[in-house]
Amino acid sequence: MSFINYLSERPKLTQLGIVLIVFFILMSMTGQYHDLIVERHLFAKSVVKGEIQSSAGFAESMSMILNWQLPPQLVRIPELTFYHPVINTSATYVLIALLVTAGLLYKSFAESVNKSQWLSVNWFQIISKGFVGIIVGLLFIPTLYNWFFGEVTSSTFWEIPTMLENFSQYLMFEFWLTPVYDPEIDDYEDYGRVRLFTRAIGASLLFLITLIRELLIGGFETVVSLANVFSDQSGWDWLGENKDKWYSSIPAIPWTVLTAGAFILGYKLKGVGLSILAGFSCIYLAVFGQWEPAMETLSLVLVAAPVSVLLGVIWGVLAYKSRTVERVITPLLLVAQTMPHFSYLIPVLVFFGIGDHAGAIATIIFATPPMIRLTLLGLKRVSPEVLDAGMMSGCHNYQLMFKVLIPTARRDILIGVNQVIMQCLAMVVIASFIGAKGLGFNLLLALNQLRVGQALELGVCIVLIAVVLDKLSLAWANKQTDYFADLSFVERNKTALLFVAVFFAALLFAWFGNWMFADTAKGINYFYTIPHNKGITTEPFWQAGVDFMVSTWRADIKIFNKWLLVEVLMPMKASYLAMPAIATFVLTMGVGYIIGGIRSAIVIGLFMLFIALTPWWERALITMYMLTFAVIVSVVIGTIVGAICVQNKRATKFILLVCDTFQTFPSFIYLIPVIMLFGVTDTSVLIAVIVYAVIPPTRYTVEGLRNVPESLLEAGDMSGATKLQRLVKIEFPLAFPHIMLGVNQCVVFSLFMIIIGAFIGTTGLGQEIMQQLFSGGNIGSGLILGLCVAFIGLAVDHLIQTWATKRRKLLGID
Amino acid sequence: MSDQQPVIKCDSVYKIFGKNAEKMLQNANGKVVAEEFQKAGCVVGVNNASFEVNKGEMLVVMGLSGSGKSTLLRCISRLTDATAGNIYIEGEDLLALNSKELIELRRNKMGMVFQSFALLPHKTVLENIAFPLQVKGSSTKDSISRAMEMVDLVGLTGRENYFPRELSGGQQQRVGIARSLAVEPDIWFLDEPFSALDPLIRKEMQDEFLRLQAVLNKTILFVTHDFDEAIRLADRVAIMKDGIIEQLDTPANIVLNPATEYVRKFTEDVPREKVLKIKSVMEPVGDETDFSDLRVSEDALIETVAEAVLGDPKSVPVLNANDDIVGVVHSSKVIHVLFGENSTLESNA
Ligand SMILES: Nc1ncnc2c1ncn2[C@@H]1O[C@H](COP(=O)(O)OP(=O)(O)OP(=O)(O)O)[C@@H](O)[C@H]1O
Ligand SMILES: [Mg+2]
Repeated sequence: MSFINYLSERPKLTQLGIVLIVFFILMSMTGQYHDLIVERHLFAKSVVKGEIQSSAGFAESMSMILNWQLPPQLVRIPELTFYHPVINTSATYVLIALLVTAGLLYKSFAESVNKSQWLSVNWFQIISKGFVGIIVGLLFIPTLYNWFFGEVTSSTFWEIPTMLENFSQYLMFEFWLTPVYDPEIDDYEDYGRVRLFTRAIGASLLFLITLIRELLIGGFETVVSLANVFSDQSGWDWLGENKDKWYSSIPAIPWTVLTAGAFILGYKLKGVGLSILAGFSCIYLAVFGQWEPAMETLSLVLVAAPVSVLLGVIWGVLAYKSRTVERVITPLLLVAQTMPHFSYLIPVLVFFGIGDHAGAIATIIFATPPMIRLTLLGLKRVSPEVLDAGMMSGCHNYQLMFKVLIPTARRDILIGVNQVIMQCLAMVVIASFIGAKGLGFNLLLALNQLRVGQALELGVCIVLIAVVLDKLSLAWANKQTDYFADLSFVERNKTALLFVAVFFAALLFAWFGNWMFADTAKGINYFYTIPHNKGITTEPFWQAGVDFMVSTWRADIKIFNKWLLVEVLMPMKASYLAMPAIATFVLTMGVGYIIGGIRSAIVIGLFMLFIALTPWWERALITMYMLTFAVIVSVVIGTIVGAICVQNKRATKFILLVCDTFQTFPSFIYLIPVIMLFGVTDTSVLIAVIVYAVIPPTRYTVEGLRNVPESLLEAGDMSGATKLQRLVKIEFPLAFPHIMLGVNQCVVFSLFMIIIGAFIGTTGLGQEIMQQLFSGGNIGSGLILGLCVAFIGLAVDHLIQTWATKRRKLLGID
Repeated sequence: MSDQQPVIKCDSVYKIFGKNAEKMLQNANGKVVAEEFQKAGCVVGVNNASFEVNKGEMLVVMGLSGSGKSTLLRCISRLTDATAGNIYIEGEDLLALNSKELIELRRNKMGMVFQSFALLPHKTVLENIAFPLQVKGSSTKDSISRAMEMVDLVGLTGRENYFPRELSGGQQQRVGIARSLAVEPDIWFLDEPFSALDPLIRKEMQDEFLRLQAVLNKTILFVTHDFDEAIRLADRVAIMKDGIIEQLDTPANIVLNPATEYVRKFTEDVPREKVLKIKSVMEPVGDETDFSDLRVSEDALIETVAEAVLGDPKSVPVLNANDDIVGVVHSSKVIHVLFGENSTLESNA
C-alpha cells in the first residue's frame, strides 16, 4: 500500500516505470527475427531474398502478437509507398497560382490604410505569399487533380535519395537551358543555367582565393583562373600566348615582409601583446616550413570568412526585419547546425565540383548559420529605447540599421565573427576532402601516413592562424577614432609610414638574402621563402614519444582494448541492434512525453520516424549506440573533473583555459594519438570522441557551479552541511540546468566526431556518408543521411532544452 | 495665448494594440471599454486623449506603470502610429506626413530623452551627442563643435571622450539630455528621464532640468510616475489611468479639486504646501495696518515661505509680480494648510 502511495506521489516515476516495462516487453517479443536484426542489413537482405515478409496482414499480425511475437513491420519499419506529387507549370496552373497569391494578399491590401505605400511596405509579404501561391498552384492542385483524375504513379521512401539525385541532375543539366559557345567542338552547346550560375560563383570565389594566394606565395594563378573563365567562353588561350612574359611569374611577398607586417598590424590594432602574438605565429609558420600551405589555407579563410560574415549579417538583418523570414530560417538554422560537416560536402561536390572554391563554399555554408543566429540574437537584444532614440535622432532606415542597430548589437555580432573564424578553421581539414589545398590537406596526408609529429605541427599551425585572426578581427572591430588629436600628417599616418618603411626594409632584407644564401648548397633564399618541408621540424621527437608509448604500453592497451570491445561495446551494440523499431519508439517517445508532454512526444516521434523510413535505420542505431556510450562517459568525466576543479580558484582558471584551447583544435587532431595507440577500431573513435566531447560538460559544470549564488552557499554552511553535502544538496541541483546545456553540446560534439570517426572506420551513419562522398557523391543519400544525423541531435536537443527550461522556471533562475 | 496656435494638439487620440484594433475601434463608436477589448485580445494603450500644449509650456504626464504614458508620448512623436484621432504639431497634421517629412520633423523640431538613457554604447559622449547632427548630414567639424557646446551646457566638460559605460547613471542621462538638445528642437519629449536614478541624483537632475528650461524655454512633454516630480516641475499635469486622461490641470487644481475618485486617492497624501501657492491662502487686505516687515510673492509655494510666515506673529503682506500688495496671509491659515483637513480650502490658484 505504501508503495502505491509512493508511486502516486511521483507520477513521472510511474510513467517512466510503465515506459520501461513496455519497452522490455517489446524487446522480448522479437522472437524469430532476433537473429536477423542483431546483424546489420541481415533483415533487409532476407526481405530482398524473399525469405521473410516485410509486413504481415492484420489478422496474421494479431495472431503473431498473441503468440508473443511482433509482426515484422513493427520490428523494422518496411519501405513505405507514396504517391508522386505532380508539378505542372502550364498556363492554367500559373493562373491558379496567381489567383491564390492575389487571394492571400487581398485582405492585407484591403485593410491597409495607406494604399499607395502598400507595395513598398509589404514587399516581403508579397514574396512569401507568392511563394505559397506557387506551391499551391503548381504543386498541390496539380497533384490532387492527378490523384483523382489522372494516372497515379508511386515510389517508396527508400527511393527518395535517388529522386533527389535525379532532381539535382535535372537542375544542373536539363533545366532552363541556354546555348553556350564551346571552343572544343567549335559550336554552341546547351548548358543548364543553374550550372552556369554555380560555375560563375565557383569561378569568382576561386578568383578571389587565387588573387590572395598569388600575393602571398607567388605565381600567376589569378591570371590562369581569369583566363579560364574567359577561355571557356571564347576559346582565347591567353595563358599559352603569354607564357614567357614577366608577369606570368610574379614573385610573392617575402615571408619576412609579411611577418613584419603582422607585427605592425598587431601593434596598431591593440598593442605590444597582439603584435608579438601575430609576429611570432608568422615566424613559427615559416620556420617550420609550413609557410606555403599556411598561406594557401589563409587565402581560403580570408575569402570564406568575410563572405560568411557578410551573408550572416545580411540574413540576420532580413530575419530581424521580417517575422516570416525569421520563422522560415530558424528551423533551417537548427538543422544546419546539427548536420555533420561531411554531409555538406556532397551537395557542394555535385553543384560546384572539386577544388579550392568548393572547399570555400562548403566552409561558407558551414560557417554562416552561427553568424545568422548571433546577428539576429544581437539585433533582438538591442533595447527598444535605443531604437527609438535612433528614430528620434532622425535616422532613416539605412542609418538606423548601420549606425544604431548593428553597432549596438556589435558584441553578439563579434562573437559571431569569432565563431565564423573558428568554424572556417575547423572546416579547413574537412574541406580538403573536396580539394581545398593547404594545411588541412597536409594534415589529412600526415594522418593517413600515421605521422603523428607532423600532424601535430600542422595542428598547431591551424590553431595559431585561428587565434591570430580571431584576435586581430576583434581588435579591429574595437578600434576607435579620436576626434581631438590635432596631429600633423606624419603623426596621423605614422603606422602607415612605418609599414611602408618596414616593407621596403624587409624587401631589401629578403633581396639581400639572395647573396647570403647563394653559396649554400641548396641555393634557397630563406629570407624570401622557406619551402615546404625545408624548415625545422620536431617530428622525430614526437614520433619517438609515440613509439615509446606504444612499445611500453602496447600490451596493456591491447588488453584494455579487447576488454572494452568484447565486454562493453559489442554487447551494447548488439542490444541496440536487437531493439525492434516499435520498442525504440516507445522508449524515445515515452521519455519525450515524460519530459515535455504530448507535444515533445510527437516531435521526437517525427524525428525518429524520418530515420526509420530511410534505408539506414540500423546504421542510425549503431550511431546512437556510440553516441550513448560517448555521451555517458564524457558527461561523467566532465562533471567530475569540473566539480573537482571548481573547488579551487586557480584550478578553475586552469581548466577553463584548457577547455578554451582544446576547443580551438580542429576535430581531426583528436584522431591522431588514438589511432597510434588503439589502431582502427570503435575504441579509438570512441576515445577521440570522448576527449573531444568532454570539453562542454566540463566547462558548463564549472560555470554552473561557479554561478550558484554565494548567499545560498553560506546558508548551506550555516546549517552545518559538509562540503560534500553542500555540493550534492545545494550546488548541483542549482547548477543542473546549466550542466544539462553542456550535455546538450556534448551530444552535438559527439555526433560530429562520431561521423568524422568514420574516417578511421566506424560502421554507423558516418561510414555511409563517407562512402557517398568518395563514390562521387549521391546528393540525395548525402542529404538524407545528414538529416538523419541532424535529427538524432535535434531530438536530444529538444528534450534537454525543454527539460532545462522547465527546470529553470521551477528554480526561478534565468 | 489664444491667438497663438498650440504647439501640440491631440484630438481624441486612440492607440490600441492588437490585430483587429482598427475594426474594433470603428465598431466601438469612440466608446472604448478596456475590458471588452482585452477579451478580444487587444490592449488599450491610449484611450481618447485630447489636449493642447502651448509654446513654452511644460505638460507633465503622470500615471502608474502601464497606464499608457509612454504610448501617448510615442504617438505624439509618431514612433508608433495612433490607431485613431488627429495629432497636430504646430498646426501640421502629424499623421499625414510621409516618412521623409517625418524624418525632417524629427531632425529639426523634436528631441527625446529616455528612461534607460538609450545611449549608443559604441560611441563616446561626444559622438553620442553629435549623432543626431551627423545623421542630419552636418560636417564632422560643425557637429563636434556644437556637441562640445552641449557638453558644456550639461556640465560634462572633461568627459567628452568617455564611453557611456564609464559614466554614472546621472552623467549618462546628462548625455541623453545633451543629445536630445543638440539639434535645438522646439519640442522636447522626456520619458521618465530620472526614474532610473537614485533620489539624491534625481533631485539634482530636476534642479538641473529646471535651470535648463529657464534658459531654453522649450515646449515640453514630460512623463513621470512620480507625483512629487510632476508637481515640482509642471505647469500643468495630466493624470492617466488605463489609457484615459483622468484629469488635466495645474498641480494646485488637481490637489484641490480632484476630478475623479482615482485622482483624489492619488493626491490624498500629497503635502499641500508643496502644491499650493500663497495666492490660494491669502486674504484680502482688511483694515488692519499692523503688517509684518516680511513680504512674500503671491506665486511662492507655501512650503518655501511657511517657516518665515509662521515665525511672524503679524500678518504678512503678499505682493504680485509688480510688487503691489494684493493681500495678506496669516500664520493661522498656513497652519491650517500644513496640518488641517484640506476640504475646507477654496482654490483660486
Ligand atoms: N508594442 C506593444 N504591444 C502591445 N501592448 C503594448 C505595447 N506597448 C505597450 N503596450 C501596452 O500598453 C499599455 C501601456 O503601456 P505604456 O508603456 O505606455 O505604459 P507606461 O505608462 O509608459 O508604463 P511605465 O511606467 O511602466 O513605462 C501597457 O498595458 C502595455 O502592456
Ligand atoms: Mg513608459
